[in-house]
Amino acid sequence: MPKTMGILGKKLGMTRVYNEMGVAIPVTVVETGPCTVLQVKTEAKDGYNAIQVGFGKKKASRVNKPQAGHCKKAGGEGFYNIREFRTDNVEEFETGQEIPVDTVLKVGDLVDVQGTSKGKGFQGVMKRHGFKGGGAAHGSGFHRAPGSIGCSAWPGKVIKGKKMPGRMGNDTILKKNTIVVDVRSEENIVLLKGPIPGAKNGLLKIYSK
Amino acid sequence: MSTVIDRIDKEQMRQDHPEFRPGDTVKVHIRIIEGSKERVQVFQGVVIKRKRGNMDASYTVRKISNGVGVEKTFALHNPRIEKVELVTRGRVRRSRLYYLRDRKGKAARIRERGIH
Repeated sequence: MPKTMGILGKKLGMTRVYNEMGVAIPVTVVETGPCTVLQVKTEAKDGYNAIQVGFGKKKASRVNKPQAGHCKKAGGEGFYNIREFRTDNVEEFETGQEIPVDTVLKVGDLVDVQGTSKGKGFQGVMKRHGFKGGGAAHGSGFHRAPGSIGCSAWPGKVIKGKKMPGRMGNDTILKKNTIVVDVRSEENIVLLKGPIPGAKNGLLKIYSK
Repeated sequence: MSTVIDRIDKEQMRQDHPEFRPGDTVKVHIRIIEGSKERVQVFQGVVIKRKRGNMDASYTVRKISNGVGVEKTFALHNPRIEKVELVTRGRVRRSRLYYLRDRKGKAARIRERGIH
């Protein structure tokens, strides 16, 4: 996890935009902040410097009492997503402050984006680990199986970490050095170049550098 | 689709193209940047395909250049296209005219479509 300031967002989908040269750029549209600072953590009090932010306002009737009490100090009712960002200049922030998008992200910046990849279910080794598999025709009879998984009497066991079939996807993935193509602060929208991990409506953590 | 994405697409979509269909002959004026100079190249041919969509919409134009068939696919909303000119309208019976690739000369003719 990068120890930098950032902002929370929601992936909306993909489209393309043209730059001033007339070249099409594939972009992911992300709905971002404004994020509300819920708590400022300092080294003296909490052992590390960070700010806790909330994103996606919740109706008062949907908020449980512990969260309502926690958010009351910040002047909010409740949030769907509460995350922390490690930052050393915590003195710039105070509880209840709103962080607009354009203070964190600028056009042309390189950012790291963290999301949760789409779950693929139980998958075999070809899809999950990129194994080549066997021949399709000529009576091969060996198609998508993993093949040998180890030796015999020595070591007498399957080595740890052997790539095998299993659950695939639904992992936390950090995509580094993504270019910010456009920041539309009045609409709370950011355009990031290329694809971003996760499904539509998935939560994203965007780390500025 | 998300309304936000629809709005971003609509900002960039071009409404200045004439209506054209597969089978029509068009002149596509392409702005080409060579170093610091900019010039316009005209590509004239038959539209053999139109792909629908918002920002994904595109069309393919086919022509015979020095006896060799040449096809170019353009994004409909590309700002580098100066204009699209409709030359003639053609009457065809399918939406993808891939059969023209196997024909040449007289057999590749397309009947003209009247404007009614």
